[in-house]
Amino acid sequence: MSVIRLEYRNVTMRFPEASGRGALTAVRGVSFAVHDGEVVSLIGPSGCGKSTLLNIGSGLTAPSEGTALVDGERVEGPNAQVAFMLQKDLLLPWRTIVENVMFGVEIQRVPLAERRRRAQALLANFNLAEFSGHYPHQLSGGMRQRVALARTLAVDPHVLLLDEPFSAVDAQTRMVLQRDLAQTLKQARKTALLITHDLAEAVTLSDRVLVMSRRPGTIIDEIAIDIPERDNPIARRRDPKANEYVARLMDRLDIAHASLEQQPAGDAA
Amino acid sequence: MNDAAHSSAMRNGTLASVAVLVVFLAAWQWGPGLLGVPTFIVPPLSMVATEFVHAWRFDHLLLHTGVTVVEVLAGFVLGSLLGAFVGYLLGMSPTAEVALSPYILALQIAPKVAFAPLFILWMGFTVYPKILVAILIVFFPVMVNVLTAVRTVDPDLINLARAFKATRTQIFWQIEFPTSMPPMFAGLRIGATLAVVGVVVGELVGGNVGLGYLLTFGEGQANTPLVFVSIVMLTVVGGIAYLGVILAERRVLHYLPARAVGGNI
Repeated sequence: MSVIRLEYRNVTMRFPEASGRGALTAVRGVSFAVHDGEVVSLIGPSGCGKSTLLNIGSGLTAPSEGTALVDGERVEGPNAQVAFMLQKDLLLPWRTIVENVMFGVEIQRVPLAERRRRAQALLANFNLAEFSGHYPHQLSGGMRQRVALARTLAVDPHVLLLDEPFSAVDAQTRMVLQRDLAQTLKQARKTALLITHDLAEAVTLSDRVLVMSRRPGTIIDEIAIDIPERDNPIARRRDPKANEYVARLMDRLDIAHASLEQQPAGDAA
Repeated sequence: MNDAAHSSAMRNGTLASVAVLVVFLAAWQWGPGLLGVPTFIVPPLSMVATEFVHAWRFDHLLLHTGVTVVEVLAGFVLGSLLGAFVGYLLGMSPTAEVALSPYILALQIAPKVAFAPLFILWMGFTVYPKILVAILIVFFPVMVNVLTAVRTVDPDLINLARAFKATRTQIFWQIEFPTSMPPMFAGLRIGATLAVVGVVVGELVGGNVGLGYLLTFGEGQANTPLVFVSIVMLTVVGGIAYLGVILAERRVLHYLPARAVGGNI
């Protein structure tokens, strides 16, 4: 097996209760590894701690117990090997598109010529070159999300952490963005952990899908997706096996018997 | 609203606006005479215009206006800088905000112009008490807007910068400072008009120069046209200050959709 890029070892996360007494366990004893070039999806009910795991992986929060490792090194804080992307594009309205793509590399003090080169290459790759001088409000939601992906890739991370990156765009745009992401991940041989609520998205984009339980979140199943062409989610979607996997995930999540009352009010994760 | 509808609304609105001005000036010129209002109560437009020329030539109108402009400018700039500085400071330190907010609130509730006599007692009939009143009155809208802006920056934006390993200074200059610009300009707009109020009150209370002084001088002589001239000049000074802020805002916030900036002057 190839190198492990991202690993969670027995990670537990507790948050203090709003009342001030006691603690709420968001995730408990989570262990898994993502290998080099692999795309793994994490699915589970709202509030099961998926986003908490992502924050731990990116070094923004420290786990209560256990460790996260990137490239075999313990994550002690934000590090240059990991970049994340959220549902919100988080583009800075006062920066042009090309300046937004350069945001991360600028923070990391990459020389101007180099960051300009990287940004322009990425924008060209995403068919956004003609918009490089535009401001975010002049672009559609799907284009903005593509700019956010370019910004994430510009820092050339080993690992991408993606938290429901396409859940705010319409269904058709989502499929186009999924294709772009899949091709990019394949070409650049990036490792990715994808959090999603969309079971079809998890199946079509990933090599493996991890299923999490209700809070406190633990990993209850792991399903390897054995469909060819990981870089072509649209073809994968047509594959009859995709529906079988989705059905299996629905069973594992017990969606047929879940009631809305069991869902927490807000997605605390 | 599409562009064509918008530009036609602009054209009609501008025409109506000019019409209102013409009606107003005509009413000012001939209204008092028709209604039998004596000229020492409401002098007609032409009398005020004559008085303007007279004040310009013999009453140092330019000097008085100049002094007021300098006071307004100094008060506005210093008050804004102070307000922005304290706003960022409190915005970044929740402890400081909790500790100081009751006093800031008290000072905000206290009518700032009431401090004018006190400042004149302290500093005499100089320009300083007027500038100080203006600083005090400009401070609050700027401070409150900056504080709220820094407080409400999207935490995910901060996390994004942190994930790229941004330092505290980088987070401030790259995220918090630019995010606070639109609310800060809203505060500066209010501050620009309030600065004139602060300065005039200071001049009314004590001194022998400035448009506020000219106002009381005219009143003392029962020279109603001179009072009108002073009011008009004060309005012009306030208008220019406001316009200056709007122009700066359009430059700085050029990245926002056109109608979000400087709208509804």
